[in-house]
Amino acid sequence: MAEGIRDKVVVLGMGCTNFGERWDASGEDLMVDAFIDCLKDAEIDKNDIGAAWLGSCMPDISIGSTALPCAKALKLPFIPVSRVENACATGSEAFRSACYAVASGVVDIALAIGVEKIKDTGYGGLPIAGFSGQLANLIGANTSAPGMFAQLASGYEAKYNVPMETLKQAMAHISWKSHENGAMNPKAHLRKRVTIEKILAAPMIAYPLGLFDCCGVSDGSAAAIVTTPEIAKSIKKNQELVKVKALQIAVSSGEESICNEYDGASIWTTEIASKRAYKEAGISDPRQDISLFDVHDCFSITEFSTYEDLGISKKGKAVDDVLEGFYDLHGNGIPCQTDGGLKCFGHPIGASGLRMLFEMYNQLLGRHPEERQIKNPKFGLTHNLGGQPINNVVSINILGT
Amino acid sequence: MVGIRSFGGYVPRYRLNRGNIFKSMGWINMANIALSRGEKAVANMDEDSLTMAVSASIDCINGFDKSDLGGVYFASTTFPFKERQNAGIVAGALNMKDDVRSLDFAGSLKSGTSALIAAMEACASKGANNIVVCGSDSRLGKMGSPQELIFGEAAAAFLASDTDVIAEYKGSFSLSLDFVDHVRGSNSNFDRQWEDRWIRDMGFTKIIPQAINGFLDKFNVKIEDFSKVIYPCHYFPARKQIDKMFGLSPEKVQDTMLGEIGEMGAAQPLTMLAKALEDAKPGDKIMVVGYGNGCDVLAFEVTENITKLAKRTGISGYLANRADLKEYTKYLTWRHIIDIDAGLRSEEDIWTRWSLDWRERKTILGFCGTKCTECNTPQFPPQKICANPNCGSVDTREEYCFADKKGKIFSYTGDNLAASFDPPQIYGNVDFDGGGRYMLNCTDCELDAISVSMPVSFSFRIIFYDKIRDITRYFWKAVPKQGV
Repeated sequence: MAEGIRDKVVVLGMGCTNFGERWDASGEDLMVDAFIDCLKDAEIDKNDIGAAWLGSCMPDISIGSTALPCAKALKLPFIPVSRVENACATGSEAFRSACYAVASGVVDIALAIGVEKIKDTGYGGLPIAGFSGQLANLIGANTSAPGMFAQLASGYEAKYNVPMETLKQAMAHISWKSHENGAMNPKAHLRKRVTIEKILAAPMIAYPLGLFDCCGVSDGSAAAIVTTPEIAKSIKKNQELVKVKALQIAVSSGEESICNEYDGASIWTTEIASKRAYKEAGISDPRQDISLFDVHDCFSITEFSTYEDLGISKKGKAVDDVLEGFYDLHGNGIPCQTDGGLKCFGHPIGASGLRMLFEMYNQLLGRHPEERQIKNPKFGLTHNLGGQPINNVVSINILGT
Repeated sequence: MVGIRSFGGYVPRYRLNRGNIFKSMGWINMANIALSRGEKAVANMDEDSLTMAVSASIDCINGFDKSDLGGVYFASTTFPFKERQNAGIVAGALNMKDDVRSLDFAGSLKSGTSALIAAMEACASKGANNIVVCGSDSRLGKMGSPQELIFGEAAAAFLASDTDVIAEYKGSFSLSLDFVDHVRGSNSNFDRQWEDRWIRDMGFTKIIPQAINGFLDKFNVKIEDFSKVIYPCHYFPARKQIDKMFGLSPEKVQDTMLGEIGEMGAAQPLTMLAKALEDAKPGDKIMVVGYGNGCDVLAFEVTENITKLAKRTGISGYLANRADLKEYTKYLTWRHIIDIDAGLRSEEDIWTRWSLDWRERKTILGFCGTKCTECNTPQFPPQKICANPNCGSVDTREEYCFADKKGKIFSYTGDNLAASFDPPQIYGNVDFDGGGRYMLNCTDCELDAISVSMPVSFSFRIIFYDKIRDITRYFWKAVPKQGV
C-alpha cells in the first residue's frame, strides 16, 4: 500500500527572480538567476545535484523544447535533465518529479526549475496556440483564457442564484486584496494598490471579467532544490525543515466537457486533488489546519471558486467569506495570495507553481518582513489550475514544518 | 410525376439600411440616391454563399429522411472554392450518404434555374432522385457603386423528386446568349456593369420576353394560364414594361424583394419561387424565369400535396428575424472589402491538415459525434472509449448527428480579448437536448440578450478564414433563439 510523500522529502533551498516585463533578460538568463539564488540558499554545490526537471510550457515563444536549454544555460554536468509540461501546473509538475526522485531513493538531491518568457509575444494575455491539438483548432470556439474562465461566473450565478452584482463585488474584493499584498512584495510584477471602485469600473475583458479580474502576464523563473530530511539536517543544522506534506494532481477525464453532470460553478479536479492532498498530508479540516495558501488566481472568479473547491468555504457561501475578509492578509481567517498571487506576479507558466512554493517556503521559515509574515504557520498549500473549467489539470502541493 | 417535393429559404439576420451606405458613399455618385431606398440583407461575418445554401437546404429537408437524399446541386457565382467542389461541402454539412450526385452550377446568374432544370430532368430520367437544389449568392459591388446598394444576400433550396411532389415540373425553355451586362473575371471580387440603358433596354426587356414567348410557343400555352410569374429584374420601369407586354396584373407578378433583401444573383429566381410556394394553392401554375447570359424558363403546377407539407421557416420566417446592422463599416469589414486591424492575436496561423480533415469529415462538416451503444450517452467529439464514467466501454459507438438537435446555453461569455472581426466574441458551453455537451461559438446574437438555459439551434458557419492559403474553414455554431 502506497504511503504517499508526506515527510519523505524536504525543501533544501529555493530561488525566484523578480517577475515582470523582463525585456532585459532571456529565458536562459532568468533560469540562471533563479538557480544561483537557489544554490546559495541550499548551501550546496552544483555537482551535488543528481537529477533535474525543467518546467516550461510554451516552447515556441519561450526557450524551445527539450531539457537542453536548461542543462546548457545552467551548465549542469551531464546529469539527467528532463523537461515536463502540464499547462499551468507545469512548475508544480517539475517539483513533483524532483520530489519523487528523492523519495524513491534514486537520487539524494534533485533540482526543479521553471521558466517562461511570455512577454516576447507582442500582445497582452496568454498566447493561445498549441494547447488544443489540430482537430480542436478546426472545431473549437474562438476563445481566450479569460473567456473560458468567465463562464464560471455565469455558471455560479445560475446554480446558486447569486446576483452578478454581488458576485462582482466579491471578485473585486479578491483582486483588491491581492494588490494590497503584492504591493509589499519586491519580487512582484504589479506593485500598485488599487481601489474597489477602480476595479469595478475597469474595461470589460470577457464578460463579466474586467481588467482587474485578470492576472498579469510576465516573465520569470523559480527553482527548488529538494533532498531527504537526513541530508537536509546534515547541511542546514540550524534551520527548521520545510517538509513536503502532499503532492497531488488531478486531470480531467473528459467527463466535464462531454457529459452533462458537471455543474459549471466549480472545478472538479480541485475538489478531487485537494481531498487526496489533505489525506496525504494528514489534514482533517482544511479550514482549521491550513495556515495560508496561494491559489491559481488566473482570474478572480477562479480564486473565488477555488475557495469552495478546496473545502475551505462552504459551497455557495464564498461570497460571505470573501466580503468578511476571511482571506485577507490580516483578517481572522486563512490568508490567501500572501505574495500577491498571479494577480500581481503575472503568470510565466512554467515558473508559477514554483513561485507559489517559494512563498510558502519563506513563510514557513518566517523569513518575511513583519508586515506580511504570517504568525506560526504550520501548513502552506499551493494550487495550480491549467486549461479551462471543463478540461483541466490541477495540482495541489502542501508544505509544512 | 416529377417536381418539387419541398422547399426552404434563408435570409441572413442582418439588414443594412441603404441610406446608411449612401450617407457614407453618396459623395462619389449623387445619382445613387435613387437606389438608396429600403434595406439590404447582409450575410453575417461568418456567412457566405455556401453557409447560406446549407441553411436554406436544412430548412428545405426538415422532416425528410437524409438517407433518402440522392444528390445536391449548388448554384452560385460566389463559390468559396474554385477547385474543391462546393456542393460536396454542402453534402457533408447535410450529412448525406456517400453515394450521391453533387454538382456546382456557376458562371451565370441563371445558374440557379439551370440547376433546377438539371435536377428535374435527372429525376425524370431516373438518373437520380431527391436532389437538393440550392442557390445562394454573395455578390459584391465596389464602395460607391450602384451594385453595392442593389445587391443583397440570401438563399433558397428545393427538393427535386419523383415522389409526393408539391409542384409538378411542366417543362423548360432556355436561351443561351453571350449578352454581357455584368461581368466578373476569375480574379475579381467586384461586379462590373455596363450602362443601365444597355442592361435594361437591350437586356431585361428584350431577352426575358423572348424567352417567355419561346416557352409559350414550345408548349403551346398562354401567359394567362399562369397564376404567378417569377422573373428577376431590379429596374422598376423595365418591370412595368414587361408586365404590360404580357398583360400581367400586379397580383400575378412575384415581388423581387429588392427593398427588403436586394438583388440576390443566382439565388434571385429561386428565393422568389420559394416565397411564392409559401402562399401557393393546389392548381396554381407558376412560371419561373432565370436571367443572365440568356434565360431559363420553367413551369410548375402546384399539387394537393402542398397542403400536407409542414410549414417551413422559409423566406418569410427568416425575413422576419431581422436585426439592424447599424455600422456600414462593419459590413465592409465582414465582406473583407476593407482591411482592419484585429490585433496581433488575429495573426495566429492555423493550418488545414487535409488528411486530418478527411479522417474527421463527419465531425467537422456533419457535426457528428458518437452515441455509446452500451449506455446511450451522446458525446462530441467522437470518443473511442465511452466518456460516461459508469460505462467506459471501448469501441461501442455509433454515429450520432448533433446538427439537427437543439440545445440550451450552459455557460457563456462575451470575450473582448479573443481576436474577432465583431467583438465581443460570444461563446459558451451548450447542453444538447438528449444529452451531450460542447463549447461552441455563438452567432446571430447580442451578449445582452443571452442567459443560461436559453434555447439554441445550430448553424453551419465560417469558423475562420485562412488568408495565407485562401481556405475558408467551416464548422457549426450555436444560434440563441432570440427570433426564429
